[in-house]
Formats: sequence, C-alpha cells, structure tokens
Amino acid sequence: MSVGFALLGLLENGPRHGYDLKRSYDEAFGRDRALHYGQVYSTMARLLKNGLVEVESEPGDGPERKKYAITHAGMTDVAEWISRPEKPEPYLQSTLYTKVVLALMTGRDATEVLDAQRAEHLRLMRVLTRRKTDGDLADELICDHALFHLEADLRWLELTAARLDRLAARVRP
Amino acid sequence: MTTTVGRGTPLLTADDVHLSFGETTALRGASLHVYAGEVLALMGPSGSGKSTLLHCLAGILTPGSGSIRYGDRDLARMSDTERSTLRRGAFGFVFQFGQLVPELTCLENVALPLRLAGAGRREAQRRAATWLDRLEVADLAGKRPGQVSGGQGQRVAVARALVTEPAVIFADEPTGALDSLNGELVMKLFIAAARDTGAAVVLVTHEPRVAAYSDREAVVRDGRVREQEPAR
Ligand SMILES: Nc1ncnc2c1ncn2[C@@H]1O[C@H](COP(=O)(O)OP(=O)(O)OP(=O)(O)O)[C@@H](O)[C@H]1O
Ligand SMILES: [Mg+2]
Repeated sequence: MSVGFALLGLLENGPRHGYDLKRSYDEAFGRDRALHYGQVYSTMARLLKNGLVEVESEPGDGPERKKYAITHAGMTDVAEWISRPEKPEPYLQSTLYTKVVLALMTGRDATEVLDAQRAEHLRLMRVLTRRKTDGDLADELICDHALFHLEADLRWLELTAARLDRLAARVRP
Repeated sequence: MTTTVGRGTPLLTADDVHLSFGETTALRGASLHVYAGEVLALMGPSGSGKSTLLHCLAGILTPGSGSIRYGDRDLARMSDTERSTLRRGAFGFVFQFGQLVPELTCLENVALPLRLAGAGRREAQRRAATWLDRLEVADLAGKRPGQVSGGQGQRVAVARALVTEPAVIFADEPTGALDSLNGELVMKLFIAAARDTGAAVVLVTHEPRVAAYSDREAVVRDGRVREQEPAR
C-alpha cells in the first residue's frame, strides 16, 4: 500500500505516463524490488477509481498512452500519509525511507517526518520501559527485546537525519 | 517552536537564547521550558548545542541575548553571589566523566556539597551514606574514585548530585562512558531517586534507551529547540 502513496507522491511534481512513473519509482525506491508494469497499472486503476488521480487523455489508445495527474484529494492523501508517523514495528524502514525521499522530492520538511517518527518510537519505548521497571524478570526480558529493536530503528533514523542534505542532493529533480 | 500548554508555570525557562563562541554560533534562538519534577531528555546531533544550552540553563554560561529564568527571576539580573547560591542550593550536576575529587573518598565526595553549604562533618557524612546506599554503592564509601569502576563512579556522582535535594539536576551524557547495561542501571537508579525527591532532571543523551526513562523529549538542531509538549 505504500506503493500507491509513493506513485501518487511522484505525481506531485507533474503528470506522468505509466512507464515514466515506473522508471522514477524504480530509481528512487525499487533498488531491489522493481515494480512490474502490471502493478503500476493496477495501482493506477485503483487510485483512479478512488478519485486520487485523473487521466489526461492523449490521442491514441492503450494504457501506455495515458498520462496520470494527481487530484486535490490525492494531494491531501499524500500529505496526510507523509506526516503521519508509522506504528513502531520491525522493518518499517522501507516505508519510512519512501516517505523521507518523497518529502525531499516534493519540497516538504523531511526533518519533520523523522521527528514525528522519533516521538512515536520514544512514546512506545517509554511504555515498555515503565512496564519493565514495574514488572518481573519475564516482563523485563520481553520488553528488552522490543526495546533493542526500537532502538535500532531510532539509530537508523538519526543516521538518516544526519545525511538528509546528501540524500536531498540526489533525489531532488 | 512548539507552544507549551498545561502543567502551570515552568520552573526554568530559556527564552530565545542566542550564544556564540567567537565565530561559532552555538545557539540561535533556543527556547525551552522545564517543569517541576519532570524528566526532560535533550536529544539531537553532535555539535547542535545541547551542552551549551544546558550550561546556559544552569547559569554557567550567560547568553549573548535572550533570557534564562528560574521561576520569574532572570539569571542575568542576579548578582554573582545570588547566582552561585542558586547553583549550589537549587541545582545539581552529573557529567559524562568522573568529576569526583580524586583525593577524597567516595563518601567525602558525596558529603562535599553539604559541607560547602555549611553542614557539619558528621551530619554531612551521615546523609551522604544514605545516598550511597540508595544508589547501591554503600560498600564503596571508603574507596577513592581511582579505585572504583566507571559505572560505580557514576553512581557516586549521581549520589553527590542528589544529596542536597536540588530542584533541578542537569546531566550531560551521564551514561556516555558506560556500556549500555551499566548505563541503564545507573539511569534507573538516578531517575527513581530524582522522582523520590521531586527533582526535575534535564538529561542530555543520544541513547534512545536512556531517553526512554524521560517524560518527554526536546530535540536540539542547529542551535534551536523543537520541544515536545508536556502531557495533559
Ligand atoms: N568553549 C567553546 N569554544 C568554542 N566553540 C565551542 C565551545 N563549546 C562549544 N562550541 C561549539 O558550539 C557548538 C555547540 O556545541 P555543544 O558542545 O553545545 O554541542 P553538543 O550538542 O553538546 O554536542 P555533543 O553531542 O557532541 O556533545 C559546536 O559547534 C561547538 O564546536
Ligand atoms: Mg555535548
């Protein structure tokens, strides 16, 4: 589902053809999981149905001639998605990475995305720390496991924050 | 940047503080509120101004512009004597590395702030002993700082910061020199003891696990602060 938001976000800088969208996506996010064309078109069909994109028709037929443009509703959805922190859980970095890159591409404040996520992580870490402090050895071990994972996420977040300028230079159009 | 709501009047306020070291601007419009009894984590990248802000809040550094207020009193408007009385009586400090006096025993180190405040030797040592006990290092009383481990030394330093029961304790990377488990143990004892006395703690840390002992965080970046609102 983050693919849908990513494609939508890529449209913020102007309407695109399907193949063009796929290429941009693969370049920015698809390093080791490139999209299939079928995935692009089925996603666009869903976004179209939900009124998040519209088609700028061009002469000729076939899906590859369609040019997609983001609608107001689409922009609102992307903005809401980017600024909403992810539920802290293992392996969320690919979604978070997508948000950060999209924020940079579309001229948003990527630092804010990272700050919101840090706050969300720390909120959960506080709950676990309290549970650990009040609990028995079993609670402590279970909470520690979760805490180490959340800490790893946060370290990655700080590292990303420290490299935002370099990342921005690479992804800005 | 964020407006602060709730929790009544802040105990300590930094308002639009600017401070430069020669060519280097360390703080450029830093604002922060510290409330009584809370544990506030100061986070942010290296060189962003965390220690500088902490030193301003503690009245060790004077801002180039902007103000630091303790309650409603501007630190810059106090006399040197008033300021050092405040530092000695209302503030406690824990730093990254052993700031213990090497010639004194651990017990004497903890008793020192009380002695400086005018307490008699026996009374000071009696109270110091109870604090060593609370930090679970009573057995180190007769040893000198050079004879104890890093983690033990930090516990003694925490005891020394708490012994005067200050209103605010400033801690700059207090667990920075320790491995993560030892660091966490020190933090657990530190926070529990601070909560017992009702002290506010301003804690600089880059360790998420340590920050998780706080009530809220403020992030310092490029000499400015993004402060999380207090709960409620
Ligand atoms: N005494 C000083 N003289 C000159 N420059 C200083 C001095 N103290 C700090 N600075 C500079 O001010 C800026 C902020 O430093 P500060 O020590 O507050 O950072 P910090 O956030 O505590 O970093 P760290 O996490 O590495 O401890 C840095 O650019 C630093 O080089
Ligand atoms: Mg520092």
